[in-house]
Amino acid sequence: MPPTLSSADFLTSWSAVLLYFVAAVGFVAGGLIFWWVIRPSRITAEKLTTYECGEEPIGGAWVQFNVRFYVFALVFLVFDVEAVFLLPWAVVFRELGAIAFLEGLFFIAVLAIGLAYVWRKGDLAWVRLDDRVSP
Amino acid sequence: MTASAVVFWVLTLIVLASAAVVVLSRSLINSAFALLATFSGVAGFYVLLGADFLAAVQFLVYVGGILILLVFGVMLTHRIQDLDLRAEARQLVPGLFVAAGVFILLAAVATRTPWAIGAGRLPSATTAEIGRAFLGKYLLPFEAASILLLVALIGAALIVRKREDA
Amino acid sequence: MDALLRLFSLIPGWDQNVPAWASISLAGLLAAGLCLGFISLGPVGYVYVERKLAGFMQDRLGPMRVGPWGLLQTIADTIKLLFKEAIFPAAVNRPLFVVAPCLVVIGAFMGFAVLPFSPTWQGTDLDVGAFYVIAIGSLSTVGLIMAGWASNNKYALFGAMRSAAQIVSYEIPAVMSLIVVVMIAGSLSLQQIVAAQAGGLHNWFLWKFFPLNVIAFLVFFTATLAECNRTPFDIPEAESELVAGFHTEYSGFFFAMFFLAEYTEMFVASAMVSVLFLGGFAAPLPVLQTVAGFDIGPVWLIAKAWALVFVHMWLRWTLPRLRVDQLMHVAWKVLLPIALFLIVVIGGLLTAPATAGGFPWDPWFGWPLTALLCGYLMLTALRAWRWHARQVREAVA
Repeated sequence: MPPTLSSADFLTSWSAVLLYFVAAVGFVAGGLIFWWVIRPSRITAEKLTTYECGEEPIGGAWVQFNVRFYVFALVFLVFDVEAVFLLPWAVVFRELGAIAFLEGLFFIAVLAIGLAYVWRKGDLAWVRLDDRVSP
Repeated sequence: MTASAVVFWVLTLIVLASAAVVVLSRSLINSAFALLATFSGVAGFYVLLGADFLAAVQFLVYVGGILILLVFGVMLTHRIQDLDLRAEARQLVPGLFVAAGVFILLAAVATRTPWAIGAGRLPSATTAEIGRAFLGKYLLPFEAASILLLVALIGAALIVRKREDA
Repeated sequence: MDALLRLFSLIPGWDQNVPAWASISLAGLLAAGLCLGFISLGPVGYVYVERKLAGFMQDRLGPMRVGPWGLLQTIADTIKLLFKEAIFPAAVNRPLFVVAPCLVVIGAFMGFAVLPFSPTWQGTDLDVGAFYVIAIGSLSTVGLIMAGWASNNKYALFGAMRSAAQIVSYEIPAVMSLIVVVMIAGSLSLQQIVAAQAGGLHNWFLWKFFPLNVIAFLVFFTATLAECNRTPFDIPEAESELVAGFHTEYSGFFFAMFFLAEYTEMFVASAMVSVLFLGGFAAPLPVLQTVAGFDIGPVWLIAKAWALVFVHMWLRWTLPRLRVDQLMHVAWKVLLPIALFLIVVIGGLLTAPATAGGFPWDPWFGWPLTALLCGYLMLTALRAWRWHARQVREAVA
């Protein structure tokens, strides 16, 4: 019996993902090695400076960032987990009928409240009003 | 040795090595990026256990969410340049004791628990099974999760707002 | 992979002499190799088309010097990039600096493992296929932010931070509109999602629950556009303010890798849009599915994906760039509420017995609207071409 994927077991079908990963790593490594072989190398101290449009860079780039980035990442995480909960629901809710739909509706409603809350409180605004008045 | 055993041991090696980097690295950001390998390895374990949906969740939430949150957190730190970002190794001895205790506890649980070992066939279509469990047997935890997420969202927003005002 | 395994079985004595694991590994690596060939040759074409298109839209010629009509321009550019030296600025974090572009390319490529080109030409039909594509994309996001950090360059880090914030923000509307499709198809497997749309253009999910799914399609398309960092969502690499964003410090092949990843991501995202809303490898008419007994599903999928890639390019030269606050506004206050609303409404419609299979008028809108759209596009193209020809005539006279 030839091993075909449609009849194969779970791990065989996932082996393709592993093989694709191995091939991609090989492709990237091969490309880099090929480049390493053929590329010239005439490095001068000037070339090794950090690019800042011709200016001398002042300080490093690792500076403090706007707290907004963090807020959005937090909100994202919550909604990401919500989506993860909703996916299995979306797959099966039809076979279980109206009750299942209402159960999912409740789930969405609770998170809609959360969205409304952060929206109303201005956490979803990149530029907040008090940011603008304070220097 | 079967192919899945080979994959298992390679994954184990990756997870342990990268976890060691996370703990031992002197730079916070290197630790954060080493977590990428740890999280991906754990996703691989999930696949080997037949939990395909969980593996995708692990990747989406941990690699795509938590890891980025961690990096953003590091960047948020006041003047990273001046700050000593080195992880401290002062509490090595107490830490070792705590780690050993936790390990013994976990090992005891793992070896003593009468695990329900199935017939050896991996379940197919775990997503649909999880969905049915959510809407049937585990309806309350499913709905409670939404409340928990709401609380997490509001809490996170509150904490950040407080820090901003300060 | 399935198709390759079947091909192997045709070789006399293959099944008896080659162990299963070797045969599967060979098939997987060959399939991956085919896809890698496709993605590495692709940008040569995409970049040429994009530059010609930009030229045409801005009333200039685009590349004309290298080869006839500049056809060899991108090949020359590729060779040039390969012969550039590798510059590691003194301030970079070297290991991360090298790993980052690799991650970006691998993350962009891994989506190919589940893209269905036909019932048998597919890496593997995972039960969580659609979710897998969304999840594996995170690898690229991590790669981008790693590139920005490792460069230790202000422009690069700003670009990377913006990029990560943008990608995670737009991931939510993308997943939510994916949920709409999953609700209708009842599965995350890409094969089953395509199978649910078989039988002609009027069955495509785009025309289901008209016009609700058209909105879902637009939400998903916009979100994928943003996840590819394409205009109008290209603030991560806004040339006028951030030089080149996260890849400012990268030269030579590293730079080429970022471009490879960008175009691969564009193709994978467009192919996903095609699979979820435009029938994937299913032909608009069932008659057109086979030519002389051969299944031409791959041709259909690639044609649909390329059409959407064309829209990406078209938008790039049409729309101005959004500001960062507008960007977040669109993701969280426009697309996300719309997507949540669609989940609720379409979920309700699917539950009600009368509309469980779609609205009664669904079969009647697909064809006329598609014909209208195609006709309009062709008319516009014709007018643009005639205008162009007149300009040339006047310039010569």
